[in-house]
Amino acid sequence: MQTLQPKPTAKEEHAPAAAPPYTTRRLAPQLRGDMAIAVLVLSPSIIAVALFIYSFIGWTFYISTVNWNDVLPDYTFVGLRNWLRLFRDERFQTDLRNLVFYAVPFMAQCIVGGFLLAALLDQHIKGEALFRTVFIFPFAVSGIVTGVAWRWLMQPETGINLLFDAVGLGFLKSQWYASPDYGMFAVTIPAAWQMTGYIMALYLASLRGIPIEVREAAHLDGCGTFALYRHVIIPLLAPVTFTAVVLTGMNAIRVFDLVAAMGGSGAAYATDTLAFYMFQMTFQSNRFSLGAALAAFMIILSAFLVVPYLRSIRHEVE
Amino acid sequence: MTLQLQRVWSRGAIYLALACAAAYFLVPIYVLVITSLKPYTDVNVTRMWELPRGLYFGSFAAAWSQVSPNFWNSVMITVPAAIISSLIGSINGYIFAKWRFHGADTLFILFLVGMFLPYQGILIPLVQTLQVFGLYGTLAGVIVVHCIFGIPITALMFRGYFAGMPGELLEAARIDGCGFFGIYRWIMLPIALPAFAVVLLWQFTTIWNDFIIGVIVLSNPTLAPVNVAVQNLAGSFTVEWNVQMAGALIAALPTIVVYLALGRLFMRGLLAGAVKG
Repeated sequence: MQTLQPKPTAKEEHAPAAAPPYTTRRLAPQLRGDMAIAVLVLSPSIIAVALFIYSFIGWTFYISTVNWNDVLPDYTFVGLRNWLRLFRDERFQTDLRNLVFYAVPFMAQCIVGGFLLAALLDQHIKGEALFRTVFIFPFAVSGIVTGVAWRWLMQPETGINLLFDAVGLGFLKSQWYASPDYGMFAVTIPAAWQMTGYIMALYLASLRGIPIEVREAAHLDGCGTFALYRHVIIPLLAPVTFTAVVLTGMNAIRVFDLVAAMGGSGAAYATDTLAFYMFQMTFQSNRFSLGAALAAFMIILSAFLVVPYLRSIRHEVE
Repeated sequence: MTLQLQRVWSRGAIYLALACAAAYFLVPIYVLVITSLKPYTDVNVTRMWELPRGLYFGSFAAAWSQVSPNFWNSVMITVPAAIISSLIGSINGYIFAKWRFHGADTLFILFLVGMFLPYQGILIPLVQTLQVFGLYGTLAGVIVVHCIFGIPITALMFRGYFAGMPGELLEAARIDGCGFFGIYRWIMLPIALPAFAVVLLWQFTTIWNDFIIGVIVLSNPTLAPVNVAVQNLAGSFTVEWNVQMAGALIAALPTIVVYLALGRLFMRGLLAGAVKG
């Protein structure tokens, strides 16, 4: 603010409210005008979000109730027929089972691993920045690249199996993602490889936010390190854990590129996912209405995570 | 004395655990690099873990000849989309942070929903809409889609940054006669450089690494982005492992380089992108 007056003291600098009252009165209509401009400038984004997110969601639900299961659109209303067909579909049922087989180990690896790494890094570590860089960098690598690299690592006749042989752990050798029984679990290993660093970063930032007094008080009360984490720190980190559950859970619902890069749906659909099935059903088999029902199902599934999450951050946003 | 010894042991155990974790995170990159530097005759299932005997760049040449057009497609998609979506985000974030019109917070929450939407949920109407506008199968179409789906996250990041700015600064600018655009141009933009860096880096990484939008909107393989090309390369089982790995490294290189150069910003992006409850 340029003025011809003598240099203001520090106190005056922090008190621009000291301007004469008539100024604020004069500003009021201008402020209202600026507010209108703000809404106007925001409106293209509002329209884009309304169209590309909300109306698209609605349209997907609508498509799921019509008979468009061929190349050419057919908007004959068929009610819930696509949904019923979907629920009776064996591949869909396999995918639901796979979702559980994927989500549980994936989320556990990310959250437990991320927390442990953060707790270790919080111990005044020399070279902390270097460790952090190494742990987070897989998140900057695409799902496709991750899948290609791990597919090579998980080749049954070489890769990790070769290492197991070399160190005498041959009994651990496995078919990895090619296994019809635990293939889905094998896919969670690269998935967690990508995302653990992210969860670690969230935990680490929150650990840094815990006041030193809290630790000191616990120490004075005779808390050992494990008791401190068990009774004080982990409960304090509950909001981050909730965020981590939502983020990893969303990831589990929509996992697609990693599965595509690791050999697709696998033997007997052992590594098939909802997202991958939706893609194949819609864009390769042209069964659009069935694909839309599956897509709408995925939206409902994510709502169970997103709605409580947005509800919980509401107070922070306001 | 025993206490000191115990301390040495526990410090040692912490560093050992961290070093093991670091090794684990680096293994896939090690394998990518050594495999891509070997000629096919040396890519042997029993010697997979051994270092290459010399530097061999033939795999990169072979991979580059197949994915280079797609690499440039990715550049042409990612650079404009990241810049445009950052600019949109800076305006939107400024409005959401400093112009709290009636219902602004509810609207903001409604924006955030877009961050969590599984893409599958909107793919069918997306393809139909792009066809209506003649954008289906074009790079411009992909850029538009990335810009629109970047609206929530970029608004969130800039809003968080601008919210930290003292209200007095705006009051002062207003008294000086700055309006909506004046405040943005003269007060917000000049100090928003760090936020721009974070958001640009975030959008660059996200858009470069995208697979699903590229594969859906650009069905023509010559227009596909590099990650789609790498997937096609790896999907055809006749392609040698060394070439697959070289292709994957080429696709990963831009984001890895940017990450290594600007890792601190990336970490800030991670934190800004996840609002804690």
